[in-house]
This record gives sequence, structure tokens and C-alpha cells, in this order.
Amino acid sequence: MKSFVYEKATSPQDAVRFVGNGAKFIAGGTNLLDLMKLQIETPETLVDISRLNLDRIEDTDAGGLLIGALVPNSDLAADARVRERYEVLSRALLAGASGQLRNKATTGGNLLQRTRCYYFYDTAMACNKRVPGSGCSAIGGYTRILAVLGTSAACIATHPGDMPVAMRALDATIVTLKADGDRRRISIHDFYRLPGDTPHIETGLEPGELITHVELPPPPPGRQLYRKVRDRASYAFALVSVAGVVSVENGIIASACLAFGGLGPMPWRDTSVEALLLGHAPSDALFAQAADALLASAKGQGANDFKIPLTKRTLIASLRELTA
Amino acid sequence: MHFTINGTLYQVEVDNRVSLLDLLREHLALTGSKKGCDHGQCGACTILINGRRINSCLSLAVMHQDDDITTIEGLGSPEDLHPLQAAFVSHDGYQCGYCTPGQICSAVGMLDELKKGWPSHVSPSLRDVDLNDDEISERMSGNICRCSAYPNIVDAIRDVAAAQA
Ligand SMILES: Cc1cc2nc3c(=O)[nH]c(=O)nc-3n(C[C@H](O)[C@H](O)[C@H](O)COP(=O)(O)OP(=O)(O)OC[C@H]3O[C@@H](n4cnc5c(N)ncnc54)[C@H](O)[C@@H]3O)c2cc1C
Ligand code: SF4
Ligand code: FES
Ligand code: FES
Repeated sequence: MKSFVYEKATSPQDAVRFVGNGAKFIAGGTNLLDLMKLQIETPETLVDISRLNLDRIEDTDAGGLLIGALVPNSDLAADARVRERYEVLSRALLAGASGQLRNKATTGGNLLQRTRCYYFYDTAMACNKRVPGSGCSAIGGYTRILAVLGTSAACIATHPGDMPVAMRALDATIVTLKADGDRRRISIHDFYRLPGDTPHIETGLEPGELITHVELPPPPPGRQLYRKVRDRASYAFALVSVAGVVSVENGIIASACLAFGGLGPMPWRDTSVEALLLGHAPSDALFAQAADALLASAKGQGANDFKIPLTKRTLIASLRELTA
Repeated sequence: MHFTINGTLYQVEVDNRVSLLDLLREHLALTGSKKGCDHGQCGACTILINGRRINSCLSLAVMHQDDDITTIEGLGSPEDLHPLQAAFVSHDGYQCGYCTPGQICSAVGMLDELKKGWPSHVSPSLRDVDLNDDEISERMSGNICRCSAYPNIVDAIRDVAAAQA
């Protein structure tokens, strides 16, 4: 690990003071320290935000929830309001990592966790995300866990998170504090960036911008589900996952929110897939049509080709359960 | 830096890059906590911070100076075993024993989570949670056992959970 200057922030305003000199925030540390040990991340200053007063979950006037950026994944999954009204979010959190990791991992850190691409982790290999302009070893390499949607000629990595997939289905808003003291509200739909030719830029956050909260609107109507498919039954990242909230009225699909993990460089959402379902009676033929629309531009790289039919089957199974 | 570990106050001079795990093992000779992977993937380093189980390998010591830290050494002693330690012995919940301190600290934290009614990935309902073997396996999935002593580990934890209920 490279040496760094350690600063313990006493308030959000204090934390954003440190922008500039290669500073990074550290919350739970479960992703950042992993990467610092491998010298993939080499911050000059580490700003400890773990004791900031951002660890509460509050009701909003709009009937939603305001989740502090430091709320641990365990506590968010176990919150009575989340269990009762945002089951998809509890389920996504509980499907991620392990009990120990969820106790430390935070809401803000989870959103910003970095890819699990094997070559990103292997500092002996070229990787545009780690070293801009160095090339992408994954293209033409071993691609089992890599993306099939939203890729570019520079990077085919996925965002590995589960919680952010549920948050995308729930239309979350990310609330931040900028270095200049301004606050911003960013829809999760605008938060992540496609890789294009700058895969090292993953979000629209400015240097030193602190996530303070995630706001959830009231939950959409209907049943909720998070289905995760992975190589072992627990403690593994998603190959494919579906977060869904679907309502059926009088035998007709009245609303649908669907987001996907494991497929692209960000938690994936395609509202044209949802539009296709609306106003129709649930049927396997309809679900297959929705899956085909989702995957129309999907591109496998060989070892990850299986993700395309797997996604189709997972979406059909999820929609069956959501509309049963 | 200062630390409170198993009720004892320690003062040590360490680099701010030192993980909690290395602090325990290399600087304080508390070698019960084990290093398997050093990357959060095996659970051998599990300890309790303010009663919650975490991976000490993915924690910086400098960030935990004001916390109440409990390691396997603080749970029981050879003369006075913690109920989980005794249950691991009577059920043969190990072969080589390398993962065992992490398994036991994790199980202590896990049973406390269960007492708080926290659901898990395999809970059919998020409202009422029962303890069964599937729940134990899922909740303990962050602790890998290379010797695959899993059936006996589950037996040991089931016994202690039943006695506590
Ligand atoms: C073995 C293992 C298995 C895992 N399995 C899964 C899994 O199945 N599913 C899953 O979703 N995740 C999984 N994870 C990842 C885990 O969820 C993340 O490591 C965790 O959520 C990161 O949160 P943190 O608070 O520890 O972040 P940190 O490591 O503290 O920070 C991560 C990044 O976010 C930045 N950051 C943190 N907080 C803020 C803030 N408030 N504002 C601005 N920037 C901030 C940091 O600067 C850093 O760049 C796994 C991790 C491990 C080690
Ligand atoms: S896919 Fe992206 S993260 Fe993986 S090696 Fe290529 S550039 Fe790096
Ligand atoms: S040594 Fe910490 S999880 Fe493996
Ligand atoms: S007893 Fe050997 S690793 Fe678990």
C-alpha cells in the first residue's frame, strides 16, 4: 500500500475541504482498501468520513425515505420501513457480499464500488480503466463475468453492485455536497457514465463531491422482487440479476419498473422494455418479447455469450413470479 | 494510537496503513484472528467491533481507535470457554482449525443479528425470521472452511442457538 495522509473529517463541510491533492473519501473501506492493497487506488490523502452524522434513515414529506450515505448495508436491509415497503432493496442488499461485509459497507460506498473485471485487478495487465490509454486486456481475453450491454471498444466491464440495481428500479436520487459548498440532486438514471473512450470516469461526480444521502420516492405499486443468478448460492457477485416492481390490475400489467445487474457498466434500465409490457395480459410470449427488446443490442465476447440467454430466462422467470 | 481490545487499553505506535488484522497479529501478539486472503473473501479475520462482526483485514486500525474491539481471545479462555467455543469442540466443528476463530466470532455476531430479527437472503418472508440449517449456512457464508467442516459447524451453531432461544 502506498503511504497517505490520514484526515478524519468532522462534518460533511469539513470532508469536502480536502479536494485536489489526490484525496479520496473512505467510508466502510471494503472496496477502497482492497484496491489500495493492490496499488490500484493510490490516494495521497485519505479522508475518513466514517464517523460523520450521515447514518440515519428518515421519512420524507413525499412519503419516501432519505437514507444517509453512511447507513451500513446491513442496517438498510433490516430497516422495518425498507423491509415493509421496499422489499426489492432489502432483497438486493441481502443477496450481496457477506454478513461481515454488509456490516461495514455503506450506502454511498456501495454505489461507487468499482468493477470486478479480472484484468482491472491484475496490475500486470493493460486496463484502460486503471491506466487510461493502456488498452483493454479483457477484449479478446477471458470474459465470463464481463458486460454484454453498454460496452465500448475501450472497456467491457460491468458494475458489480446489487443495491444500485434495486435503487435504479426504485428511481432513487443521489444527494451530494460539492467542494464549493453547493448541494446537488442527481437522479440515479443520470448518475453513472457509459465507458465510451474514458472508462476511468464512472460517474458524473466532481472531484471531492461527497454523497450525503440517497432519497427514495414512495415505492411504485405492485409486487417486488430481486433475483440474482451467480456461480455459487451465496457470497458471489451476480452473473445476471433482475430488480423488478410490477403491478397487475384486472389481469393487465398496469406498471413495471425493471433494472438489471451483471449486464452493463452501470445498473441497467431500459424503459422501452417496460413500455412493451404495459396494457397487456401477462404471458410467457409477452415476457419473451420484452427480453428480446432488452437484449436486442446485446453483444457477447465469447465466454460471456451465455449471459444473453440466461438473462432472457431470468427475466421471464422474474416476470412470471411478479405477475402470478 | 490507542485501542480498546477485549476490555484492555493498548497504546502503540503504528503506521496508518496497518489493518486491524495486522495490528492484532503483528503488533499486539493477538494471533487468534487469522489471515486467509487479506481481501475480505474468506472470513478468517472476523472480529467484533462494538458487537458487530466485520472483516479486520479490510479495516484500517487508525479508523477504529474509539471502538470496542473483541477478538477470539476476548470471548473465552481455555478454562472458561464461550458456549460457541465449547460447542465447536464437542461437535468437532473443525479439522485444521485455521478458520475456527473467524467462524466463532462470526457466529457470535450472527446470533446477535438473529436476535434483532434481521432477515437473510434465504428468509422466505422479510417479517418473521426462523433459524434453520439453511439460515445458518447462508448467514455464515462469509466464513470459508478449507477443510469443509461445514456440517459440524452448523451443528455447533444450531445447539448454541437453541440453548439461547
Ligand atoms: C469478497 C467481497 C464480496 C462482495 N460481494 C458483493 C456482492 O455480491 N454484491 C455487491 O453489491 N457488492 C459486493 N461487494 C462489494 C461491497 O458491496 C462494497 O465493497 C461496499 O459496498 C463498498 O462500501 P464501503 O462503504 O466499504 O466503500 P469504501 O471502500 O469506503 O469506498 C468505495 C468508494 O466509494 C467512495 N466513497 C465512499 N463513500 C462515499 C461518499 N459518501 N461520497 C463519495 N464517495 C464515497 C470511496 O472514495 C471509494 O472510492 C463485495 C466485496 C467483497 C470484498
Ligand atoms: S474491461 Fe475495462 S476494466 Fe476490464 S481490462 Fe478492459 S478496460 Fe480494464
Ligand atoms: S483474511 Fe480477512 S476475509 Fe480473508
Ligand atoms: S477447519 Fe480447516 S479451514 Fe476450517
